[in-house]
Amino acid sequence: MHSSRFTQSQMTVGQKLLHIHWFFVLLLVLTASIGFVMLYSAGGGSFNPWASRQMLRFAVGFVLMIGVALIDIRIWMRYAYVIYSIALFLLIAVDVAGYVGMGAQRWINLGAFNLQPSELMKIAMVLTLARYFHGASVDEIRQPLFLLPPIMIVLGPAALILRQPDLGTTVMLLLASAAIFFVAGVRMWMFAVVALIALISAPVGWHFLHEYQKQRVLTFLNPENDPLGAGYHIIQSKIAFGSGGVFGKGFLMGSQSHLNFLPEKQTDFIFTMLAEEFGMIGGLTLLALYTLIVIYGFAIALGARSHFGRMVAMGVSTTFFLYVFINIAMVMGLIPVVGVPLPLISYGGTAMLTLLIGFGLLLGVHVHRDVTIGRRGSTEDF
Amino acid sequence: MHRDSERLKLFNRRVALLAGGKVLLLSGLVGRMYYLQVVEAARYATLADENRINLRLLLPPRGPIVDRFGRPLAVNRQNYRSVLVPEQTPSVEMTLERLGQIVAISPSDKRRILREIRRKRAFVPVTVRDNLDWNEVSRIEVNTPDLPGVMIDEGQSRKYIDGREVAHVIGYVSSVSEKDINSDPLMELPGFRIGKAGVEKVYDLALRGTGGSSQVEVNALGRVIRELSRQEGQPGVDLQLTIDIELQRMVNKRLAGQSAACVVLDIHTGGVLAMSSTPSFDPNAFNRGLSNQEWQDLVSNPMAPLTNKAIAGQYSPGSTFKMVVALAALEKGVISSTNELFCSGSLTLGNAVFHCWKRSGHGRVDMRKAITQSCDVYFYEVARRLGIDAISAMANRLGMGAKLGIDLPGENTGLMPTRKWKMGAMGTPWQTGETLIAGIGQGYVLTTPLQLAVMTARLANGGIAVTPHLAHDIVTPEKVTPRKSGDFPSVGLDPDHLKVVLDGMTAVVSSPHGTAHRSRIDIAGMEMAGKSGTVQVRRITKLEREQGVRKNKDLAWLARDHALFVAYAPVHAPRYAVSVVVEHGGGGSSTAAPIARDVLLEAQKRKSARPAVIEQDARNYHRAESKG
Repeated sequence: MHSSRFTQSQMTVGQKLLHIHWFFVLLLVLTASIGFVMLYSAGGGSFNPWASRQMLRFAVGFVLMIGVALIDIRIWMRYAYVIYSIALFLLIAVDVAGYVGMGAQRWINLGAFNLQPSELMKIAMVLTLARYFHGASVDEIRQPLFLLPPIMIVLGPAALILRQPDLGTTVMLLLASAAIFFVAGVRMWMFAVVALIALISAPVGWHFLHEYQKQRVLTFLNPENDPLGAGYHIIQSKIAFGSGGVFGKGFLMGSQSHLNFLPEKQTDFIFTMLAEEFGMIGGLTLLALYTLIVIYGFAIALGARSHFGRMVAMGVSTTFFLYVFINIAMVMGLIPVVGVPLPLISYGGTAMLTLLIGFGLLLGVHVHRDVTIGRRGSTEDF
Repeated sequence: MHRDSERLKLFNRRVALLAGGKVLLLSGLVGRMYYLQVVEAARYATLADENRINLRLLLPPRGPIVDRFGRPLAVNRQNYRSVLVPEQTPSVEMTLERLGQIVAISPSDKRRILREIRRKRAFVPVTVRDNLDWNEVSRIEVNTPDLPGVMIDEGQSRKYIDGREVAHVIGYVSSVSEKDINSDPLMELPGFRIGKAGVEKVYDLALRGTGGSSQVEVNALGRVIRELSRQEGQPGVDLQLTIDIELQRMVNKRLAGQSAACVVLDIHTGGVLAMSSTPSFDPNAFNRGLSNQEWQDLVSNPMAPLTNKAIAGQYSPGSTFKMVVALAALEKGVISSTNELFCSGSLTLGNAVFHCWKRSGHGRVDMRKAITQSCDVYFYEVARRLGIDAISAMANRLGMGAKLGIDLPGENTGLMPTRKWKMGAMGTPWQTGETLIAGIGQGYVLTTPLQLAVMTARLANGGIAVTPHLAHDIVTPEKVTPRKSGDFPSVGLDPDHLKVVLDGMTAVVSSPHGTAHRSRIDIAGMEMAGKSGTVQVRRITKLEREQGVRKNKDLAWLARDHALFVAYAPVHAPRYAVSVVVEHGGGGSSTAAPIARDVLLEAQKRKSARPAVIEQDARNYHRAESKG
């Protein structure tokens, strides 16, 4: 048993399946099920139009997740830069020939479905940074020059996504990357310097923005500017939230959401609906599930033998955490309105797919936790 | 290996720190959840169960329009209307039925209401009836328990003081139509009006201002319980025009009963002091909503009351065009000012005969005399020597043949023909005969009354290319900036050439032989100079010419000549330019010249400076007016 774990590259698919963290998978299924229930309620007590399609998507994503988990993490490491290059190319392609939808240039039409390269980039970024820092020694990490390439790796796509314009995703990407830099061991004062530079360069960058981009940023910072749009949503969200009380109004009984006072109840504002119908009890339950998922993500990171695996696990967990935090803080009126879905719950295919692929990587890190990878990603272990 | 463990230790420490950060953030979420769902739960439960928060857009007051002395032309008056919020009534049909028993709702109103309800979001109120009187307001108030979703809304409506006097300049506001709808949320407000014509249209965005918003708590019946917060909008700008309303009134009175247009310009600034187009209409009627009959009467009237003839009417300039031809001739050197030509009463070109208005002929004529007595034969010959392209080029420089860019919608270009134009438009080459006709301002040549006024202004100010405008300042939605005077380019006329032409125009009025001598101003220092024009609208046949041309008064109105006159004053130090066109009015000197004289006399008697105190008083006055 012990020796087999040291030679996981020779594990059969059946053996790998046994090593999958099934309790973690159960947590995901439980959370997604809460989503199905809420989408059933949002549909006015019907599987149509949302719950049924969401279940189908989850099923497809689930299979994909397990598939990703079974692939040797050394393969992911080897192709990390290639995946990044493809994602970057697609981002540029979207900029040049992207399909314009919802007032922003985010999609690329692949015939069968619309691919959102910024979602792909979230995964690619984690893999790329993990590979870069995998080979880094503590001394190297302390060299500002050594940090220059990964900073470029982050800022390039961030600038492209900001241009789309998709401020929400840009912020997510920057925060998740910062977290990876942080656990990689970049010295604290460097974060302070970057924060300072960002603060100073913000007014300069402001001049390079288009008028409509400025408007978007202003609305982002102050939703009261948009009283019938974002501002209206947040007021109604807070009423629905607060009126749920401790125990909630009961399943299918959320008056605010069912009377259409709550906008976009099936997507960004679904947590409000949960809080209205199931009260604080319901909200805390979901939050507890999310916390467990993050905790297990951390545990998987700490249990991995390869630095690459550790970094990937931390990157995925942190990205997941950011989704949760930004969405819930937004619907409760703690931060400005940004279009970030509630992971595993909100109706929508692209974000669900990204997340499940991410979880697939996380599970893969666990399956291959005892694989060692040389400092330079050498092939000696292959 | 030691290094690796050092890195792992660092990693683990950082993961612990990150976990700590996440715990902090999650506690923030839990704390907020506790605050909303436990501490504030009762308040939000009340809001959700019995009350709702509604967002109301606040209509900014539309900017008032004043004349050059600050006298109000367009102000806002309070009015009351009943509105219906569709989401606050269980049955729109039933509520409308009940409301219909209290105040009259016409079937067409009802159709409009149902259409608007379908189009708008459920919480946006829809106007049921506008301009309610007090009796109706109180009857609705008494019956509110039976009228869920019905509210009385106080609004402001546009009121045009002296509406008919300035209708073509001011234009009017009217309800938003489907095609006007854009992203401006104000468009969805009941009773919102936008500028549809005149300066109300051109400066609509600036006059409109920006909407504010108010968060109100309403109960289940939709009654407002209290206002929670309010964000004020930005009122529209005060629009000051260059119009002098009293001069405008005087001009209208002089044109009354005719289909006519008159423009009075400040020759140095291009400011329009008066712009009249008769007959006129009442812009207040558009705001109120016209009945079908009223509309039909307006559009079927042969005198076209809805058309601003001053900028959209295109007329042959007739003899008022002779200054243009004279200047072109002097500049091209085809004749000198002292060269004399012989007018026998007609000129023969090939086998066509071109007649002078004076059958017996003017005899020996130099340029001054040709202008003074309006000799056609002289200008036939000069035009023949010039060619059409040279004439049109000079006309272009004096402001004809293209839009002048006045701040009004619907300006026409007029027409200054060229060889190239005719080939393009008609497909046939230009004929020399057509040049001769153009030389006396007839044929293809077309101008607007505004262009005639601008031409006269450019002659009188020594060849400065002033352009006309109505807004006293440069007005954009963002800001109002004063116009800079004196930044007009020169059109490059030789002062000596100009002097010949202006002397001719002076003699038209001052010389006993001048065509408009009877219309001279005898007050020293206020004398005017001008030029008459009479434009034939029918073709005088050879037969008729032989039997004696019929007098205008014997003809049907539509067959009579157009009467034109352009003038400026005072002669010694020009200040005002005027153009008068009376459709089918007969002779320029007999019909149009006396009007121009009276207008110029009035303009000179008026104070044209803008005393700041008077202006401020007037603004305070109309502010109070719009509040009351």
